[in-house]
Amino acid sequence: MLEVRDLMKSFGGLKAVDGASLDVDQGAIVGLIGPNGAGKTTLFATIAGFHKPDGGRVRFEGKDTTGLPPHLLCERGMVRTFQITQPFARLSVIENIMVGAYLRTADRSEASARATDVARRVGLGDRLEAPAGDLTVAGRKRLELARALATAPKLLLLDEVMAGLNPTEVTAIVEIVRAIRADGVTILLIEHVMQAVMSLAEHVYVLNDGRIIADGAPRAIASEPKVIEAYLGRGAAERMSAHA
Amino acid sequence: MSRRAMLWCAAGLLVAILYPLLFGGPSLIARSNYAINVAFLILFAAFLGQSWNIAGGYAGQTSFGHVVFFGTGAYVSTILHVSHGWNPWLAWPVAIASGGLVGAIIGVLSFRAGLRGSYFALITLAFAEVFRIVANSIPQTRGGLGILIKADQRPENFQFRDPMWFYYLALVLCVIGLAIAWWLTRSRFGARLAAIRENEDAAMALGIDVFREKVRVLALSGAMCAAGGTVYAQKYLYLDPSIAFGVEKSVEMLLVSMIGGAGTIFGPLIGSGVLHLVGEITRDLGNVVPGIKNAQPLALIVYGLILVVIVAYLPDGLTGLLRRRR
Repeated sequence: MLEVRDLMKSFGGLKAVDGASLDVDQGAIVGLIGPNGAGKTTLFATIAGFHKPDGGRVRFEGKDTTGLPPHLLCERGMVRTFQITQPFARLSVIENIMVGAYLRTADRSEASARATDVARRVGLGDRLEAPAGDLTVAGRKRLELARALATAPKLLLLDEVMAGLNPTEVTAIVEIVRAIRADGVTILLIEHVMQAVMSLAEHVYVLNDGRIIADGAPRAIASEPKVIEAYLGRGAAERMSAHA
Repeated sequence: MSRRAMLWCAAGLLVAILYPLLFGGPSLIARSNYAINVAFLILFAAFLGQSWNIAGGYAGQTSFGHVVFFGTGAYVSTILHVSHGWNPWLAWPVAIASGGLVGAIIGVLSFRAGLRGSYFALITLAFAEVFRIVANSIPQTRGGLGILIKADQRPENFQFRDPMWFYYLALVLCVIGLAIAWWLTRSRFGARLAAIRENEDAAMALGIDVFREKVRVLALSGAMCAAGGTVYAQKYLYLDPSIAFGVEKSVEMLLVSMIGGAGTIFGPLIGSGVLHLVGEITRDLGNVVPGIKNAQPLALIVYGLILVVIVAYLPDGLTGLLRRRR
């Protein structure tokens, strides 16, 4: 469904994404992990059209979408959420979600019905009239998810929807993400909460210094020496196996 | 809209319709062109403020140079009328379209360049100044001399012997402005504008063509404002560059919206009412309080104070105050 090939993005002299490639199959949940500063969010933003890539290609559903602006990608069914939540703070929860729903309908009551339905699915059903600015961190993460879902996406790019949440809240979001996939939405997620990645993703890519250094099933990836070194430093893998 | 709000609107409209009958026309109480003219100014400034509010309040595109649209409308209809012999009623739609076009052009130029917030505000101010200087220099506008419209007080000539009719015209414009604002609160376009105002990146991520919507709203706002320009020219029958493109008018539009509550339906109307009543009262202070010879600066001081208080304590304007009370 999504093919990323040798994607490059630099800021000044810094190569934030340096030839990253990955594939997401229809109906999958794919994880993207990596240490802080690895370039995950930049890779996401470049795939989703927020940055113009300096090189490489992105194909979505078999069509070249490299460098298309975000609103056109969203129309085609690819939508991202933001790691730092970006609510329309002075609008109510339902108004926030309706902005997403309006992508597929111009009719107010239809948008409202769709938004209400999405709000229920992410557990915001009882907070519809609250100003988005009043939501807790967990509430805002749900709102990010809801707005994106309301655009009726085929591919959802989730950027750390679980960061900053307590374990109970993480479990709740994991369930919601599973339910979204069950409805036929393909998911690519950046996540730091390993518990979530391990239990959700079937396939995981590891990004370090703007390159994909490993990919595979989550369990296998966690014991990959290259991955351990990326997180813990050179030689860490050897020391760990020596201790074991 | 709730039934109660609808009732209030209907009552307000009824009062507005009956108002001139109390003071003007077939006089019941006493004929007072003064009362009619103050009411005209309130409604007229409310309409211009509403045009600002559509872009500045609803879409968050704060402009300091909205007068550029007002002046465009005023000059286009006046030049067509005076120099080319058009009937002003026919020139009016052309003036409105020109305002929309200028809005679209300014929008394309500034939003293409990625100007946001205070940068956008400054570029609009610059556009208005450029228009003023051009109007001062080219023969079509007769430069600084200005254009006199020949008095010929016939309704088919867009001139009315009785100021009541200009009052009603302003009332119609004002109601149209309110209707547009109301439509924005319940339409997809309005929802998109609110999203853009709150967070452009998130709006973009949710499939909104931010550039296109911003250009559209500026064109709509410009067209509305230009409609007011023609009315002004036809009422006062004189136009010069500083009337048409003077910064005071831009400030007034922004002020009535901010005082009443930017991004609210009735904000500009409330703000305009308060501002003009304060203006009228302070003007009279000159006659009442001994020692004050010229009350004009006094009005400005009071405006300034009101603005400071509003900005400091009521970021949502007077409408916000009413809402908080509830």
